[in-house]
Amino acid sequence: MTASRVEVRRGTYHDSVTLMQVSRQAEELPGVEAAAAVAATPVNLELLARQGFTVNAGELGPSDLVLCVRAADEEAAARALEQVEALLAGAGRGPGSGAGSGSGQLAAPRSLRAAARRDPDLNLAVLSVPGRHLHYEVAGALQAGLHVFCFSDGLDPATEAARKRDAARRGLLLMGPDCGTAIIDGVGLGFANAVPRGPVGIVGASGTGIQEVTCLLDAAGAGISHAIGVGGRDLSPEVGGIMTLRALVLLAADDATERLVIISKPPDPRVARLVADAAAATGKPAVLAFPGLGDPPPLPDGVSFAASLEAAAAWAAGGGSVPSGGAVDSRSRPDPPAVTPGAIRGLFCGGTLCYEAMAVVARVVGRVASNIPLRSEWRLADPHRSEGHTFVDFGDDALTEGRAHPMIDPGLRNERLRREAADPETGVVLLDVVLGYGAHPDPAGELAPLIEGALAEGAGGLSVVVSLCGAAGDPQGLDGQAAALRAAGALVTRSSAAAARLALAAAGLGKGRP
Amino acid sequence: MSGLLGRPVRAVNAGVELFAGEVERQGAEVTRVEWRPPAGAEEALERLAGRAEETAAANDRAVAAMQAAEPRVVGIGRAGDLVPDLDERTLLHAGPPIGWTDMCGPLRGAIIGAAVHEGIAADPDDAVRLAERGGLRFAPCHDHGAVGPMAGVVSASMPVWLVENGDRGNRAVCTLNEGLGRVLRYGAYDVQVLDRLAWMRDVLARVLAAALARLPEPLDLRAMIAQALQMGDEGHNRNRAGTSLLLRALLPALLTVDEPTADVVAAAQFISGNDHFFLNLAMAAGKATADAAAGTAGASIVTAMARNGTEFGIRLAGTGDRWFTGPAGVVDGLYLPGFGPEDANRDIGDSTITETIGIGGMAMAAAPAIVRFVGGSPEDAVAATLAMYDITWAESAAYQLPALGFRGTPLGIDCREVVHTGVLPTVNTGIAHKDPGVGQVGAGLVEPPMEAFVAATRALAGSAERMEAAPISSRAPGGGDA
Repeated sequence: MTASRVEVRRGTYHDSVTLMQVSRQAEELPGVEAAAAVAATPVNLELLARQGFTVNAGELGPSDLVLCVRAADEEAAARALEQVEALLAGAGRGPGSGAGSGSGQLAAPRSLRAAARRDPDLNLAVLSVPGRHLHYEVAGALQAGLHVFCFSDGLDPATEAARKRDAARRGLLLMGPDCGTAIIDGVGLGFANAVPRGPVGIVGASGTGIQEVTCLLDAAGAGISHAIGVGGRDLSPEVGGIMTLRALVLLAADDATERLVIISKPPDPRVARLVADAAAATGKPAVLAFPGLGDPPPLPDGVSFAASLEAAAAWAAGGGSVPSGGAVDSRSRPDPPAVTPGAIRGLFCGGTLCYEAMAVVARVVGRVASNIPLRSEWRLADPHRSEGHTFVDFGDDALTEGRAHPMIDPGLRNERLRREAADPETGVVLLDVVLGYGAHPDPAGELAPLIEGALAEGAGGLSVVVSLCGAAGDPQGLDGQAAALRAAGALVTRSSAAAARLALAAAGLGKGRP
Repeated sequence: MSGLLGRPVRAVNAGVELFAGEVERQGAEVTRVEWRPPAGAEEALERLAGRAEETAAANDRAVAAMQAAEPRVVGIGRAGDLVPDLDERTLLHAGPPIGWTDMCGPLRGAIIGAAVHEGIAADPDDAVRLAERGGLRFAPCHDHGAVGPMAGVVSASMPVWLVENGDRGNRAVCTLNEGLGRVLRYGAYDVQVLDRLAWMRDVLARVLAAALARLPEPLDLRAMIAQALQMGDEGHNRNRAGTSLLLRALLPALLTVDEPTADVVAAAQFISGNDHFFLNLAMAAGKATADAAAGTAGASIVTAMARNGTEFGIRLAGTGDRWFTGPAGVVDGLYLPGFGPEDANRDIGDSTITETIGIGGMAMAAAPAIVRFVGGSPEDAVAATLAMYDITWAESAAYQLPALGFRGTPLGIDCREVVHTGVLPTVNTGIAHKDPGVGQVGAGLVEPPMEAFVAATRALAGSAERMEAAPISSRAPGGGDA
């Protein structure tokens, strides 16, 4: 026994979409078979007739409302009509059609371009998307007028050069690809340390190189204006130093910058010459820091050369001259170690820290095998297997594929530490520990038990030396980290070069002045 | 430089959350991109990234052509006279090309009705036989400078609005809107439908043509759409303001035309009784506007979106007349009493030309009355429009949104960005019954198929490379003087 009700409200206007929504909601009420709230247009009246509702069309017109309900019984029909009225009265809100989110909230932007479009005040893109998606993100960001800090790697050198030319043409910085560190206006990007502002401007084709120099300056009480990362390949022949040259122009014009440090692994000689000339053109004293075994390029007036990061930092901290002794941090000279002869095994997170230490060791011992060798003939056959004096960069692409950077996930290096400690050939294990933004929240806490274990296993025949790259202001707490490492039995310095000298001394090799 | 050193860092992060958090920890503001891999065509996007500057210049040209478009109503004429190559046996239809066997119910119904209306077929059965043995030619409206709502069938004797784009002079035509209910564009072909088509051809078109001829200057559709958007229309699913403005513009002329009063009254009543009468004009304006950008080499801007009830097709400025298609979607919407999703045909019609020029679903923020399509509140409508700026190249200079402080509507859908962000254009549309002749059963939102945009992006990347290769090969034969 179904019951039908038809009611008319003269002169009652609701938009057709509201009416469709209310009709649908009414049809979902218990006991309701059919429900309709419609304007009395001829088309609608015909539709109602199809549904079996008889409406006396009479004088009805489009501004009259017809309510129709068919329900299981009279009571349900009456209840449904009441509901329809209530829904119409409160139709301003309520659930929608099921289309759309209904939240009224604009979803987060899905591209840098979209974000920049929404907020024109954005000025810097921080990019760490997978490498195969990198190119169009970089192109889009530059086109949107954003400076780019690009942690990801994945552009071939020709493409990198093309995008860097775009950036330079637009007056933008493209820091990267493969840029680990920058500090812009006091804000650290990627892996960066909490160092104070000051007069030293840095341009670096190496993330950990920038970290090392800024931290050594911090130790020496000197601050930096900006540290502009340019990515590991900027000084390659293909890229030609496009961003380094651009960054030098910017720092030349920056009043806060008084002197310049330019950091790179050994660059292409032709590019090195360009950079040296550009450094001279700034009119500010500059030092080129190219750790490794390479020769300096011809140096114009006002441009110095430092064969190590340590020497470059000393130059910058000393106001543009290299103080005698070279070292900048008195605390980086622990007591002379007990000698534990054997091979030096350097296990590094930072590529340039590895290079810096390796160069110190190689000058004394000659061949040092590595996955990032100083000389191509010193390349490790297998990065997982040491050969004599061996230095491994765990941040190298081949070892980070499919995993986080070792500064965040030290698992692979931890495992290698255990193996090196168990290797009777090993005399000294040399580790870097990098603090700062982006790094592990407590690397010393993670490493200390492993060092203790290694020293226990080595049973007096093993030394562990740590190069602690950190600043006093770093979130991990520099002093606490150093103390934890020392308590575990490690010899701790704040400089990679000093750590290398300490390792030589501990292995009983060469002069080894720490 | 556009400032970085010496200005506060305002960062936007895409990728590892750690880096965003660490920048924030240092007191700098960070906006987060909800990054995800593109919806496809990864290699094409990579290749196009290498041409970003050239594409930008092409897109600027394409969008400038749309911005400059001044669609005006030149008159009303017979489709067969105005549309090139539209002979008596050719029927135009909405969307990308399709054959009889793949046509959905409403499109077949409209074809049948048009064939009978033209007198090509004696009756509906005859029309079906004719279609089945290849006695009718079918072609997309878009391929003939036309657009048609829903089934969009245009035959030679039908009257069409003729719209011309200002000084550029490219033309577009669209049929006259039949009203709601049982109408040809929803696939109905009974006597009532055919009688109405005949009346529109014999009376309505004549009266309107006479009225248009008396106007001091051609109707400026750009101005009319702009006003309608500020009166609560979005130009696709709501055309009440546009229809009212049209009638207001025509009224003085209608009162003075030299036509039988009964005909003039009938015409006026017909327009007054149909909120969507203006839609077909908005569509012709859309076609004339979008066509101005068509053929811009290298541009990634969408110049047509159209559905035939089976497939949804798009065209790009940079890839000429090629269609890129995917299955037409099912409209997520609200239904008229007595109907539900099971009755719905797949998405159909050329009316998405409105979204193509930045109105319709792209301009939901303009139409508070139909916000329930996008979630229920005016805020939802604003959010729906704001999201569209993420995938469009520019903002309309002509069409503005009061709810967004008179910001221009999102204009120029960039197919690269659709694929890149996974955000599809918002299309809001009517729903046809899947059986011919039942008519409209609802309205709502529909998603275009992503694969169409993926395919278009791939083709654009390919065509861009061919363009680069061309000068080399053209040098080869003649030798030349370098």
